[in-house]
Amino acid sequence: MKEKTKNNKLNRREVLKKLGKYLPSAGLLWIASSKLALPAEENGKKHNYGMGVYIKRCIGCGRCANACKEENNVPRDPFFYRTWIERYAVNMDGEVSVQSPNGGIDGFSPMEATRTLLKSFFVPKLCNHCDNPPCVQVCPVGATFKSPEGVILVDEKYCIGCRYCIQACPYGARYFHPEKKVADKCTFCYHRITKGLRPACVEVCPTNARVFGDLHTLSSPLLRFKRMNDIHVLKPDLNTEPKVYYANMDGVVR
Amino acid sequence: MFNPLKIFKTIPEQIIRLLLIFAGVIAALIIARHLFIPASFGKLGHYRADALDEIKSLPVQYAGRDQCAECHEDKIAILNSSYHKGLSCEACHGPGVKHVAAGGDYELLMPVKREFCHKCHAFLEARPTGFPQIDTITHNPNKPCIKCHNPHNPTPPSPPSECGVCHRSIESMKSVSPHNSLQCTTCHAAPREHKLNPRKYLPSKPSAREFCGKCHTKNAVASKEIPRIDMDKHGNTYVCWECHYPHSPQAE
Repeated sequence: MKEKTKNNKLNRREVLKKLGKYLPSAGLLWIASSKLALPAEENGKKHNYGMGVYIKRCIGCGRCANACKEENNVPRDPFFYRTWIERYAVNMDGEVSVQSPNGGIDGFSPMEATRTLLKSFFVPKLCNHCDNPPCVQVCPVGATFKSPEGVILVDEKYCIGCRYCIQACPYGARYFHPEKKVADKCTFCYHRITKGLRPACVEVCPTNARVFGDLHTLSSPLLRFKRMNDIHVLKPDLNTEPKVYYANMDGVVR
Repeated sequence: MFNPLKIFKTIPEQIIRLLLIFAGVIAALIIARHLFIPASFGKLGHYRADALDEIKSLPVQYAGRDQCAECHEDKIAILNSSYHKGLSCEACHGPGVKHVAAGGDYELLMPVKREFCHKCHAFLEARPTGFPQIDTITHNPNKPCIKCHNPHNPTPPSPPSECGVCHRSIESMKSVSPHNSLQCTTCHAAPREHKLNPRKYLPSKPSAREFCGKCHTKNAVASKEIPRIDMDKHGNTYVCWECHYPHSPQAE
């Protein structure tokens, strides 16, 4: 130390000591910076898509579920849906019944007028495109994933059909495709939204009960939807952070 | 002093053979990994990046209303000034990309049956009140809807006389309640314009306890079967409909 201050010079020992100190931290910084850097953004803009649903506008006509099958070649048989409609009926004693005959495509049969029925309403359902998706976590081969736009997709060429993801989804939004033998689900009509079109269900909804938009765009209809309404998501306790938002949703909806 | 070659020579032969086998297995694994994992895997994340383009290139079926407007401006103009203004063409006519690609030569759906309109307009308890709904059995049975309603401008030929046409759930609830004999207009004064422009001209609602008191106070001039209460002692500061839902009033 004495020598160093005298000559104002570093000797060999000092240099080696300092190198030993700083090189590893420099290396760590370099690795961290390359790992933490955001992925390349397409057209200079990063999207994060989501959907809003006005519960009070849904008339349960089933046009969305029908259009989804047309657009995405979903098998016509019952039990295969990417989106479907549920009818909730709440009784005076708190009893809740949920119906979804053929996903609502053929409509619903009328209910008897009773004095014990408190209220009844429709809830359109689809994949919530969770920000923290359990289905992606469990896929053993990396066939289901979150796209750079925040859309949860299935790579049907890479899926081995193990059905873990179908089990893992808390919303029942996935089904096993009977012909392709792979898991299948809502893609937010990825092939449409990347061309600037709206998802098929949003396009055909006669009462505009569905709102599609980008959470990263300030003028997005979805941001207005979130600003102007009381928003809730399905099963928030599971920490899946869904990106399908429901306006004025009753607590009985699961 | 330190000679790697010398050390190597001291390793027993069976260990070297074992090391060679290990090296071979590891090399085989590396080659297999290279062959089996697709090139684009891991480019954007733990998935095959090429899958994005494959999904993007799937065929589109619904063209969107902007596409329809390019040839059918007239129809869109009628639609835009009608109650069906929010409606997409393809909601009724079906997916239209093939129709656009064929320059109009591919026929689209032309739903004419009653059952198709019923998908939206048949009465269901769960539908929001105010949404036009009919009783499919009593509303001009067996007559196609399009005989009276132009689907592109569905305003009925004459304004509906019954409130239940749009407020069916309230009417059906009232029909099984003690208030079943009351007319809607007993409590609500609906301006004539409400039937033509429902959201702009709203019907009135009773605003004071005294309104219900006209029938339900102790000394009201009304039928004896009507339940009576002492308006001064009953209900505190609440207005009546904060406890009794007027369309299905309960006394207990």
